[in-house]
Formats: sequence, C-alpha cells, structure tokens
Amino acid sequence: MSAPATPARVAYPPARRAPTHPVRQATSRTGYVLTVLAFLLPSAIPLVAFVLAPMVAALWISFNKWNLLAPMTFIGFGNFAKLLADPTTGDVFLHTIYYIVGYLPLVFVGGLVLALALNTALKGRSLLRGIYFLPVVTSWIVVALVWRWLLSPGSGVVNTVLGFVGITGPGWWTDPVWAMPSIILASAWKDLGFVMVILLAGLQAISPDMYDAAKMDGAGWWRRLFSITIPLLSPSTFFVLVISLINGFQVFDQVYAMTGGGPNGASEVVVQQIYDLTFRYGRAGEASALSWMLFVVILAVTVLQVRGQRRWVTYG
Amino acid sequence: MKTKLMAVIGLTGAAALALAGCASAPAAETGPVTITYSNFISNGGNEANLAKIVAEFQKQNPTITVKVTTLPYDAYGTALQTDLAAGTEADVFDINGASSYAPLQANGTLAELKGVAGGVYNKALLDTYATGGKQYGLPTSFSDVVLYYNKDLFDAAKVSYPTANWTWADETAAATKLTNVAAGVWGDHQPVTYNEYYKVLVQNGESFLNNDGTKVAFTTPGGIKAAHWLVDKSGTTMPTIAQGQGTADFDTNLFKGGKLAMLHTGIWVFSAFKDTPANWDIAVEPGSTHSASAVFSNAVGVSAHSKHEAAAQKWAEFLAASDTTVNVRLDAGWELPTIADSKKLATYLDKGKPANRQAVFDAAKAIAPAPSIGANQSQMQDIITGELVEAQAGRKSVEQALTSAETKINALLKG
Repeated sequence: MSAPATPARVAYPPARRAPTHPVRQATSRTGYVLTVLAFLLPSAIPLVAFVLAPMVAALWISFNKWNLLAPMTFIGFGNFAKLLADPTTGDVFLHTIYYIVGYLPLVFVGGLVLALALNTALKGRSLLRGIYFLPVVTSWIVVALVWRWLLSPGSGVVNTVLGFVGITGPGWWTDPVWAMPSIILASAWKDLGFVMVILLAGLQAISPDMYDAAKMDGAGWWRRLFSITIPLLSPSTFFVLVISLINGFQVFDQVYAMTGGGPNGASEVVVQQIYDLTFRYGRAGEASALSWMLFVVILAVTVLQVRGQRRWVTYG
Repeated sequence: MKTKLMAVIGLTGAAALALAGCASAPAAETGPVTITYSNFISNGGNEANLAKIVAEFQKQNPTITVKVTTLPYDAYGTALQTDLAAGTEADVFDINGASSYAPLQANGTLAELKGVAGGVYNKALLDTYATGGKQYGLPTSFSDVVLYYNKDLFDAAKVSYPTANWTWADETAAATKLTNVAAGVWGDHQPVTYNEYYKVLVQNGESFLNNDGTKVAFTTPGGIKAAHWLVDKSGTTMPTIAQGQGTADFDTNLFKGGKLAMLHTGIWVFSAFKDTPANWDIAVEPGSTHSASAVFSNAVGVSAHSKHEAAAQKWAEFLAASDTTVNVRLDAGWELPTIADSKKLATYLDKGKPANRQAVFDAAKAIAPAPSIGANQSQMQDIITGELVEAQAGRKSVEQALTSAETKINALLKG
C-alpha cells in the first residue's frame, strides 16, 4: 500500500532526525490555526452573517431597482445617478454633518470635564461615575421619549423653567431650526458617560510623577492640563474621536424616535433616509446605494484620521 | 334614512352575490393543517377578541390550526415588507387599507381568492380589494371619521349641537364661541395632515389630482380655501404646534379632559372615550359645498406562496365575515364588520354612547376617495403633511406651501 514511501525512508537513513522536525512543526501549525479559528468563530460567524454578507448583498442590490416585493431588475449605476441628482441626498449629508459638528465638541468637552472632575479624590466619585454612565446603557427609545417630553414645546420641563426666568422657549423638535439642536443635546447627554469612561482610563494611565515634577517646576493647574494631561491623553482622545465620528455618521435611533426626520425633513439624516427609502418608499436599490455612499464617506474620514494621528497623538 | 342606507347595502350585496361564483374555490386538503396569520388589527386591546374568533374557527374546522402573530401597528408595515422580501410571510396577513393593497397586489404577493361569497360583504368595501375583476383581499373592518362634540361645553356656551346639515361656516361660528383661551378651552381640533386635506378638498368640491392623474389639481382657489380651512384653525379655535398640537394623543387627551368642544377623528376612539365623564356625541363632519367623509378599511390577503391556500382562504373568510366575527366586533366596539346584512349591523346602533351611532353609517354614504398614485404614495403623503405644517407654523403662506407641494408631487408623478 505505502510502497513508494517505504523506499524513500530507507533511502535516507542518516537524515532521520531532520524530517521529524518539519513534520512536527506542520502539525502544530495546523493545530495552532485550528485553535485560533475555534476562538475566532463565535465572533466571525455573526460578523460574516450580519455584517459582511449584508454589505456584499447591499452592494448587489445597489445596482438593481427593487421595491422589496417584485423581483429585482439590474440598472447598473442608475441608483447612484438618481441619488446624485436628487437634492435630498445633499440635504441629508449636510444635516448629518451638522449633527456631528454640534455633537462632537459638546460630548468631548463635556466628557473631558467630567473625567477630570471624577479623577480627583472627590467623595462618592464611584457612585457619580456609575450615575454618569447610566444613560449609555439605557435604550435610545427611552432616552428619546424622555427628551421629547422634557423639550415638549407646550408643557415641557425645559420651556416651563425657561418661562420662570422670562424666556419664551423655542418649539424644540417641532421647529425646523431647533429640531437638530434638540437631537444634539439629547445625544451628547446620553454619550457623555461613554466619553468620560474612556478619558478617565486615559487619565489614570498618566503617571503621577509627571505632575509632581511639573509642580516642582512651578507649573500651575492650567499649565499641567495643557502640557501634560491633554498631550498624554491624546491616544484616548483619538479613540473617542474615531468612534464618535463613525457613530455620528450613522446617527439614527434618536432621530427616528425624536423627530422622525421632521419637521418637513429638517432633521432628516443619512440613515433615516436609508430607512425611509427602504421601508416607506419602496426604493431599496437607492437605499442600498446610499448605504454604500455613506460607507465610503466614513471609510475616507477614518483613513484620514488614522493618517493624521501621527501629527498629534503622543504614545507614552 | 337608515332604512334607505340598509336597502342600498342590501341591494349592492345581492348584486355582488349574483356576480360571485364565477371562479371556484381551491381544493381543500385532508389531514391536519397549521396556517399562520400575521395581524395588527387586534393589537392594543383586541387580542382576546381575536382569540375568540380563532377559537370558534378551530372548533368549526378541527383539522385547521391558526397560529397568530400580533404586531404593533407602527411596526407591522416594515415587518410585512421584510417578510415578503425574504419569502417568510404568513399564510394570511393583514392589509392596511387600499393604499397598502395596491402595491401588494401589483407585485404579485397576493393569491387570488376564488369562490368568495361576494354577497356577504358591503360591495364598495369588497371592490376596494379586487383588481381586474378578481378578488385578492377581503375587507375585515371599516371605520370613518366623524365630528365628536362635548355637549357640556356646548350647553355652557349656549351653542346648539352640530347637525348633519352643518357647513364649515357653522362649525367656525360655533368653534369661535366655544373657544375660551383663558380657561384653556378650545373650540375645535382637526389634524393638519394629508388624510384630512384630501377629504376637505372633496368637501369643497375640489379634487387632489387632475382627471388623468398626471398632475395635482389642488392649487386652485378652492384648493387653497380647503388648506386654509385646516391651517387657520391653529391659534384661533385650535391650539398651535407650539402648544403641543400634532403630538401623539394630544387631541384625544384634550377632549377627554373636557377642554375641547369639537374633535375630528375616527370612530376607533369610541372605546378610549368610554369612561370620559363629559357628555359627548358625534355628528357627520360638516362639508363646505359637498358632504364627504374619509373611510378607512383593513383587509386580509392570502400569500401567493402559501402551501395551504384553501385553509388560508377559509380562515380569511371566517375572520372577515363570520357571525362570530360580527358579534365579537359589535360587542367590543372593535371598528365595524364589513358585512352587507343590515339586520346584523342594526344592533350596533343600540350599543350605548355615543347616541348618534347612525352618523357612522351616514358618513359612509358620501366617501371622499383617497388619491392613489402607486409606488410613491407614502412620499406624496409626507410631502403634503410636511408642507401644510409649514403653513400652519407660519413659516410659509398657504399658497407657497401648496405650490411647493405641487412642484414636488408633480415630479413624483412624472416618475
């Protein structure tokens, strides 16, 4: 049966030790790969099933006309051409950028202030950390409904309080000018705890020796903040910025629950438009094309950020 | 008047019965079958009523088991579309009115229902779910929009109650007298939405689309007047957006709280007003030059891919028009069954508050037909509501809002 193998072994008796080594290595490498795969599978299966496969499917759908009910018809780049010609596409990207520009500084500065405050020897700081993190783990639907109620134009708490000091509050989510600021406010409030936790971890990684040395050199609080804390916090800042920007481009839940994109489209963002095109207007092909346009934009922005980090992020 | 309506319903029913039987029902299977039914109609309070109908059906058809899935109204459309796209839809599923029926039928998702006993149903409602002479859905319930009024507030202001002969002018005059902003009492409430606008156009003798449906036809003086009828209430006899108007349940809560004299809404809130302390009743909505009311119906269809078509259709027919359904619906005040038999419906008139239940049938005599433009229907509706709200909030004049809506919708109609 194994006739060809036998003479080969016999032919090289002196090299007996040599072939055993690679064989054992190969076995262990296969074993290693299998072990790695076994550990990866629990996350790889959902990644392929719920992220990669739908992405590829969406790419295919983006080249088709499809209303979810009838079979698809291939139309090449027709959906992309239609989206580029539609002024709504520009509007929804502008609204999304407006959201990011409003949200990002608010949540970052707020998170930083909280992190700095809770990094001191404050009494009950563990409890406070927990309280500030609570909104992060709360469902967006609940948060959005609470904020809708707080910012209710007629009898909302915010406008009632403003009324006490003689200010007539705006219509908030019923007013096209104030709809997006309302969403930004609620979003920043909800995500503050997340930014705080990341920055707090970054703060605690900074050696106290640095501050001691700076103090001995006569550096004041502000000087220590700008010369030690902020530069050494830059890896955490970078992480927060990348994640927040990606999340910012994908903003949806709060818009859907608070304004539904209204009034009259004033707070319609890209993902809300993708949802509306698919499920309300029966234009899944265009929605898939818009998803891919959004993906390319997010990818480009993230690549730029990663490249740009060399200029300002300090490690160690 | 009542007798006349019933006679009309009966006659149309008889005519439909004569036309039925052109096609024969699908062959029944032998052996036990389980069919699935996906619905929103029972969500929010009528789940037990639906269970009663299912139980009776299974008793009469021991070989068929009905597995019910109930979804909230808001989530139903999305869920159905996703299921249809994936081919996982239920054997029998709810159809949310005529505008949902059209795309479902046009895209071949609905099985033809053969051998339906047409005479059992109200013909106008049955015809809503037929295309090219073939039946693809069965109406399960209908409702219409009427004028609710708080008798106590009318009495206190010494204003006479609304009648079927009222016009917009009468309503405005009464609403103005009834409004007492200092006391937080408002005279009137009518949503500023597409569903109201297409109806008030008809009430003012106008139409939404031109004759061949290629362009909108509402930027006429009559169309502008109709938009003013809705928009101008805001801030005069109705609260403004800034005061909360347009938010969920705002109007019904105001009415329940005894702070609203008149309310335009559907008969689906009867049960919600059951325990309202105020004396209230209903009347047919006033028109301007014409009388016209909005009628909404729900239906069921059988999936074109169902493996148990015969059993599915049997359930659909039972759910739509069986005596069990009629009794359960009338007892519970769960909208109205879609049957033609006036005798069976008559008990509805004696089910208590509101006293003038006859108005529900009278309103259905002059129906404002809902415009249907096919694939872009939802977008068209969004445009109208969005622009009307712009005018209501004072950010645009009524003329500007309608012209803007005209431009956008005509572009949609061109495809």
